[in-house]
Amino acid sequence: MSSATTPPDSDPTGRRRVHSMLKLYYGLNEEGTAAEQAESLDPCDINGPHFDPEVYLNKLRKDCSLCELMDHESCMVKQIRSLDSDMQTLVYENYNKFISATDTIRKMKNDFKKMEDEMDCLSANMAAITEFSARISGTLQDQHAQITKLSGVHTLLRKLQFLFELPARLNKCLELQAYAQAVSAHRRARCVLQQYSHMPSFRGIQDDCHVIMEQLAQQLRQKFRDGGSSAKDLSECVELLLQLDEPAEELCDKFLSHAQSRLEADLQGLEFIDRGCNEFVSSLCLVIASYQELFINRPQEGELASKNIPEMANGKLHVFVDTLAARYFSLVERRIQEEKGVGDNSLLVRALDRFHRRLQAITKLLPGSAVPSHGTEIVVRAARERIKQYLSALQTFYHDSLTDVRQALAAPRLAVGGASASGELLTSLSNFILNQLKSVLASVHLFTAKDITFSNKPYFKGEFCSQGVREGLVVSFIKFICQSSRQYCESAGDRGGSTPPALLLLLSRLCLDYETSTISYILTLTDEQFLVQHHTPVTPVTALCAEAREAAQKLLNHYVKVQGLIISQMLRKSVETRDWVNTIEPRNVRAVMKRVVEDTTSIDVQVGLLYEEGVRKAHSSDSSKRTFSVYSSSRQQIRYAPSYTPSAPMDTNLLSNIHKLFSERIDIFSPVEFNKVSVLTGIIKISLKTFLECVRIRTFGRYGLQQIQVDCHYLQMYLWRFVSDENLVHFLLDEIVGSAAHRCLDPSPMEQSVIEVICERG
Amino acid sequence: MEDDAPVIYGLEFQARALTAQTAETDAIRFVVGTQSLKFDNQIHIIDFDDENNMINKSVLLHDAGEIWHISGSPADKAVLTTCYSKTSESRVLTCAAVWRMPPEWESGSHESPDDSSNNPQTLELLCHLDNTTHGSVACVLWEPMGDGKRVISLAENHVLLWDLQESSTKATISSSATLEGKGQLKFTAGKWSPHHNSTQLATANDTAIRGWDLRSMSQIYCIESAHGQLVRDLDFNPNKQYYLASCGDDCKVKFWDVRHINEPVKCLEEHSHWVWSVRYNHSHDQLLLTGSSDSRVILSNMVSISSEPFGHLVDDDELSDNEESQQEDKGKEPLRDSIIATYEEHEDSVYAVEWSAADPWLFASLSYDGRLVINRVPRALKYRILL
Repeated sequence: MSSATTPPDSDPTGRRRVHSMLKLYYGLNEEGTAAEQAESLDPCDINGPHFDPEVYLNKLRKDCSLCELMDHESCMVKQIRSLDSDMQTLVYENYNKFISATDTIRKMKNDFKKMEDEMDCLSANMAAITEFSARISGTLQDQHAQITKLSGVHTLLRKLQFLFELPARLNKCLELQAYAQAVSAHRRARCVLQQYSHMPSFRGIQDDCHVIMEQLAQQLRQKFRDGGSSAKDLSECVELLLQLDEPAEELCDKFLSHAQSRLEADLQGLEFIDRGCNEFVSSLCLVIASYQELFINRPQEGELASKNIPEMANGKLHVFVDTLAARYFSLVERRIQEEKGVGDNSLLVRALDRFHRRLQAITKLLPGSAVPSHGTEIVVRAARERIKQYLSALQTFYHDSLTDVRQALAAPRLAVGGASASGELLTSLSNFILNQLKSVLASVHLFTAKDITFSNKPYFKGEFCSQGVREGLVVSFIKFICQSSRQYCESAGDRGGSTPPALLLLLSRLCLDYETSTISYILTLTDEQFLVQHHTPVTPVTALCAEAREAAQKLLNHYVKVQGLIISQMLRKSVETRDWVNTIEPRNVRAVMKRVVEDTTSIDVQVGLLYEEGVRKAHSSDSSKRTFSVYSSSRQQIRYAPSYTPSAPMDTNLLSNIHKLFSERIDIFSPVEFNKVSVLTGIIKISLKTFLECVRIRTFGRYGLQQIQVDCHYLQMYLWRFVSDENLVHFLLDEIVGSAAHRCLDPSPMEQSVIEVICERG
Repeated sequence: MEDDAPVIYGLEFQARALTAQTAETDAIRFVVGTQSLKFDNQIHIIDFDDENNMINKSVLLHDAGEIWHISGSPADKAVLTTCYSKTSESRVLTCAAVWRMPPEWESGSHESPDDSSNNPQTLELLCHLDNTTHGSVACVLWEPMGDGKRVISLAENHVLLWDLQESSTKATISSSATLEGKGQLKFTAGKWSPHHNSTQLATANDTAIRGWDLRSMSQIYCIESAHGQLVRDLDFNPNKQYYLASCGDDCKVKFWDVRHINEPVKCLEEHSHWVWSVRYNHSHDQLLLTGSSDSRVILSNMVSISSEPFGHLVDDDELSDNEESQQEDKGKEPLRDSIIATYEEHEDSVYAVEWSAADPWLFASLSYDGRLVINRVPRALKYRILL
């Protein structure tokens, strides 16, 4: 029976009580001792240790009714009964267990006895086996030793055979040129032979081998030296030789010298960058690669490593590459310098690009080398040089076009008598120049094209664009134009006009056009094309424009001067060479005056083709009449003159002085404005002033004065229309006639009407 | 104080001949010759009273003809030469003569300064520089700092060296030279160099400047195309023996070192018409006066090529003449070449400018309308040069 047999109706307290009692029995009282103690102090607790039946009973009797007591009694009885049965069950169970345990122990006792017997038997058997085994091994010992010895002998014999066969094999290899095999075979045998060299037979073999290997090395060296072998063969050779313990340094040298001779052969034949790139640089790369493979990147095997070869070899390689590259570069540079023709820049740029790109390969192979940077420098120099060449080409072009223009100007003048084509010449000239400049820009632009490797170098991004192209090419060219224009002014000044005046005029207009539009156009174009970022200060457009304007002004002034001088010269000659005292009565206008008017008219046409009309002061519609009155007044003065009143000269002085007070001072060789009227005014001023000064030096007779009167009237009739202020012409002509009258021995002027008749007639 | 204001004197006639009275070192005196074909020509002697800023004039008659050139003897202040034109048989010829001013002119004219009707005295003719065989005379040059015994006349293409004898009453040609060449050669101007013991002469004809050695009467140098056009005048630097200034119809003033004649040392282009006259200041050769037919007179300061460039530029052998001012000027910051002033008092072409012989800070200019203007170097500059 087990505890499970307890009646199912028994309450948890009952079971618990059983539990705790069992625990108590087995000394397990860990749970709730304090509570138990608290409980146990109560003498009425039926389960507590201090239970006092008397107290309990008394208490029950005192507290409970009969009925309750009855109930309590029956409950008590029930409990006692259940406790009894519990006790019984426990005892029974324990008894059963004791019995089964006793049985088991007995059975074990029997089994152990049997096992002991079997173990005894086993140990006996083992002893027997040991004995046998010992006996067998004892018998087999001898044979085993013999076998080991035999197999050792066999390997030895095999090795010996190899050794004995070695010379023959090497020979055969030599015949077949299988150098690699031979070397590896020899390498294997080398140590052994070395070790047993004291034995004569081995010594023989070794000597044989040596001879053969020597021969082989000889052959290798031969091959090595042989020019025909390719770099790959060569590297193979070197590898083998290295394995043959050839001194590495010597090999390096030889290798490099050999490579050098081959590369130099390339260099000598080097005609063009293309070939240089394709052959030289690639061969160089190959050499570097194989060299590195051979000497530098080798796994460091014992003896080689100890000699510190990689470092030495690396140094040698650098020196080698540098010297060769230097020679190559000098050749390239010479070649580039020969590339003077500016026709096709793209070829050069492509060549430079290829050159540069190939050199990049060297960078990859040889990171520390200065070669690529040198290469870049060369490219940069070439670009600079190129810009210079373009500039000079532009300048030559400019000069050539000017020569053309000069010829064109000379030709029609003979044929038509006027520079009718000068307008067209100007446009064609400026177009020529602009187109040329544009094409040059386009050519130069190739340097910065995206697909060109060196275009992203900082030089080509910054300095090349701003300093090189913008400043060095465009700005310099514009400055050159201005400067050469200015030179025309200076050179012609002293040597009497070697430059045709029409060219001066044309250039002046050209410079003016540059000032107004072309310069800013060109510079904007440049800036746009080259995306110039101005890190360094560049010439501003305004400065260039100012320079161009200055040049234009100077040219125009010079033009006025030259033309003025041409006319002046005519007038001066005409005044100086004539005997004015003994001249005849004037019958017509002197031819030189007609010539002056003709020339002035043709100048007017010439200037009109290139320059705008310009403003002139509004002149009265009856200008001719006014002129008449001016003349009559001067005539009156002259008429008074012979009356010999002492005050007469004073009066004339006074009159002219008063006149001068109210007229502005006339600057003769003064700057002119950029228009036709101003130019013509300048020329006429110069001419008439010369006329005046020349007249003042001469002495006139009566008819001399009259001739001057006629001439001046004629000039007056035709010249006023060219100038901005006709009063100027009047004033100067008045002065001339007045001065002539002063310088006249017999001042009796001609009648105005006669003068008019003469002038109208011719 | 309007001390710097110009003083203007008006002549009744047109005039282009002006000279300072070289031998006079006390009074500031200029001599002007008039040009008139119809009236008797005059010589105006103009005394400038510096203290009162006043002008005193005296007039002498020069009835031989209109005066083209005038120059005073360096030894005798009463003696002068004129080049005048004479018309005879409807031919105009320019002659030259040596004259003596009558001794009373000074006192006489002071009493009645503007009485021109009061029969002005006439110049006393000493001698003619007879030129009938040589043609018109362009100018007469006195030997600089000489004893008034030697003159040179430039007549057409001849250089004539005259000896004046018997108190200048007799003139004989001692030597002559003739410029040969293509075309009609004619001297326009000349200058007797004060250096080299007065043995050198410079002449101008057309665009060329020529140097002559008076001992051998031979050409020693020739600056072909010195100017783009006619050369109008020359002057020697009084302190630097090889330096020469020239001016001409190309509106330029050029400075030459006659040892290196290929290029001018310096070139000024300030005038807007022909430059007719150029004069170095006698003591301070950086001061240069030019007169032009643009009616302007320009005073320039050419320090860099003067004998006083304030420093190392001076050749040692050229120092001697000007040592005094050289020392004074040391240690000062150098002036730069510049125009000091442009004088616009004239209304007509200025044909002659001249420094005063007595006061180195004073000069006169003459324009064709007969206006003589006397100006001073600006005080600021004067003190700067002196101190």
